Amino acid sequence: MNFEEHTGKAVLRAAGVATPEGRLCDTPATARSAAEAFGTCAVKAQVATGKRGKAGGIRIARSPEEAEQAAADILGMEIGGYTVHRVLVEQGVDIRQELYAAVLNDPATKGPLVLVSAEGGMEIEELAAEKPESLIRVPVDIRHGVSRTALEQALAGTFTGDQLPALLDTLERLYAAYAGSDADLLEINPLVVTGEGGMLALDCKLSIDDGAVPRQPDLAAEAPEVPMTELERRARELSLPYIQLDGSVGILANGAGLTMTTMDVVSHYGGAPANFLEIGGEAYTKGRDALRLVLDNPNVRSLVINFCGAFARTDVMTEGVLAAWDEVRPQVPVHFCINGTGEDEALAMVRDKLGVTPTQVMDEAVQAAVEAAR
Amino acid sequence: MIVGGNETVLVQGITGKQGTFWAERMRDYGTRIVGGVNPKKAGSEHIGLPVWGSAKEAAASQPIDVSVLFIPPMAVKAAVLDAVEAGVGTVVVLTEHIPSHDVMHFLAAAREAGTCVIGPNTAGLVTPGQSFVGFMPAFNERIFRPGRVGVISRSGSLGTLIALNLVQGGHGISAFIGIGGDPILGTTTRDALVRLDQDPNTDAVVIVGEIGGAMEEEAADYAHGMSKPMAAFIAGAASPPGKKMGHAGAIVMGDKGTYGAKREALEAAGVRVVPSPSMIADALGEAMGAV
Repeated sequence: MNFEEHTGKAVLRAAGVATPEGRLCDTPATARSAAEAFGTCAVKAQVATGKRGKAGGIRIARSPEEAEQAAADILGMEIGGYTVHRVLVEQGVDIRQELYAAVLNDPATKGPLVLVSAEGGMEIEELAAEKPESLIRVPVDIRHGVSRTALEQALAGTFTGDQLPALLDTLERLYAAYAGSDADLLEINPLVVTGEGGMLALDCKLSIDDGAVPRQPDLAAEAPEVPMTELERRARELSLPYIQLDGSVGILANGAGLTMTTMDVVSHYGGAPANFLEIGGEAYTKGRDALRLVLDNPNVRSLVINFCGAFARTDVMTEGVLAAWDEVRPQVPVHFCINGTGEDEALAMVRDKLGVTPTQVMDEAVQAAVEAAR
Repeated sequence: MIVGGNETVLVQGITGKQGTFWAERMRDYGTRIVGGVNPKKAGSEHIGLPVWGSAKEAAASQPIDVSVLFIPPMAVKAAVLDAVEAGVGTVVVLTEHIPSHDVMHFLAAAREAGTCVIGPNTAGLVTPGQSFVGFMPAFNERIFRPGRVGVISRSGSLGTLIALNLVQGGHGISAFIGIGGDPILGTTTRDALVRLDQDPNTDAVVIVGEIGGAMEEEAADYAHGMSKPMAAFIAGAASPPGKKMGHAGAIVMGDKGTYGAKREALEAAGVRVVPSPSMIADALGEAMGAV
């Protein structure tokens, strides 16, 4: 779950990390009045995606008129699939140096990783590719939190004088913000050193993992809506992981791996998948709702139903699918492949109800569906 | 990572619907289930097995080699810590959607205590003909026949399909290691590969990977030095980048975690990578013939 810059900055401020003075504005007029208070300012599109600068979503304004114009240009822009509804107008900052600081979940060390660099401003991927030696990595044992001593040892060679204690303070607060918000990434880029020697978070990226959402209800409520199609919206209400795609072969399978694989094999035989949708795990009782979703995509010209049951019982999934079949009475050809827990009952049900015999070889079902969609 | 019929197995969350169903399946198959845990029903019996208040209490009656958790996401951290403190050797975490900070916490505790964690978000482990731990259709003989091929999978459903294809193609299975679909896992593809490489009952290995992360690449680094023949299938070639494909770990970010990078790394290590699971048995057969 990705957040907009202003939400990330609120999380940082609550932990004591300083940010520039700013105001969230949804009209050019409010941007103008914000700029009257700030003088020179930055006008920044609030969307939960990267590359805002490259898309023209961040502008510097030297007067209230320029701020109004910038806001007028940026509001309504499309960036990475998101429409800009709000801009953050922030007071200009006297930048002496740009640093990079982040805490993220690291699969390699299986714990939090603090990342710091004296080379701020670049995207982290660029930084890692072009100046990997500038990236300082400090792994953290999440049970004990970040250790100031460990940070100091790692940073002392690069940062000295007054800057080191100020940076250590900022990193401790950044880590507290990360720990308190269940973040999987909390990034300040750039972290600027101002003319007066203070440190300010000029930009902020925050994301939290889906598993943590139930215990971060206030934060989760701030998450912007992800761009989605009508069918994807319906799927979300049903708590089904549905992703609409451009193709014509509808797919229903159980388990993320098997569903991705069904898409791969459809592509391998020259077809194009119309969707990702899986009803594995606890969702195996949702076959009926799931099939209706797949069929309501008007581009679907044939269907592969691929079940390989373990926890998810194929007989229960098949029962749901056949119930939806009765309700919708679709005209598209359907090809089943069924294996695993409950397969005998499931195979019999399909034979009795639809008069077709499911295959137990996935490629046969997929090839037939690809052929039928042509 | 490989559980035979001799290890003692505890079921944390045994009294729930799924815990009950799968504890019975496991026991019927030959897994040595010694009992379960439910703090509210300590001292009672369930499906003819003792129920303890904690893993620590269970471990006071007899040594526990393996614990498997049928526990909801927010309660998993406490349950794993309980098992770790009880001195359990291997903890199998089936639950999906555990907060990642909890996962990192119990993995740190497990590492310190020397406990092996499988998962989270795994369907479990199968040693065909002997034992299974988790929710795998081990009892389906069309799918899991004993043999000499080790299988490592990030996905339960796809791993099951691969096992089916191997068995239909004439191979038997020595061990199935489901490592799980989360981005941060107790046991990685590489860890499981090292284990199967050392396993005297395994002659060949199949890796079932997915887009996202770098586990297949890390496994490929190790595979370079292996003499056992290998084949692989990587799911997600047709998945659009930037979208989470069901599993929290299955997402391509920028140029990281792509199908192409994984395939290239595995092929460079001499692993045969097939475009459909139905080709895995033949590819492995060729690899075994070529050695």
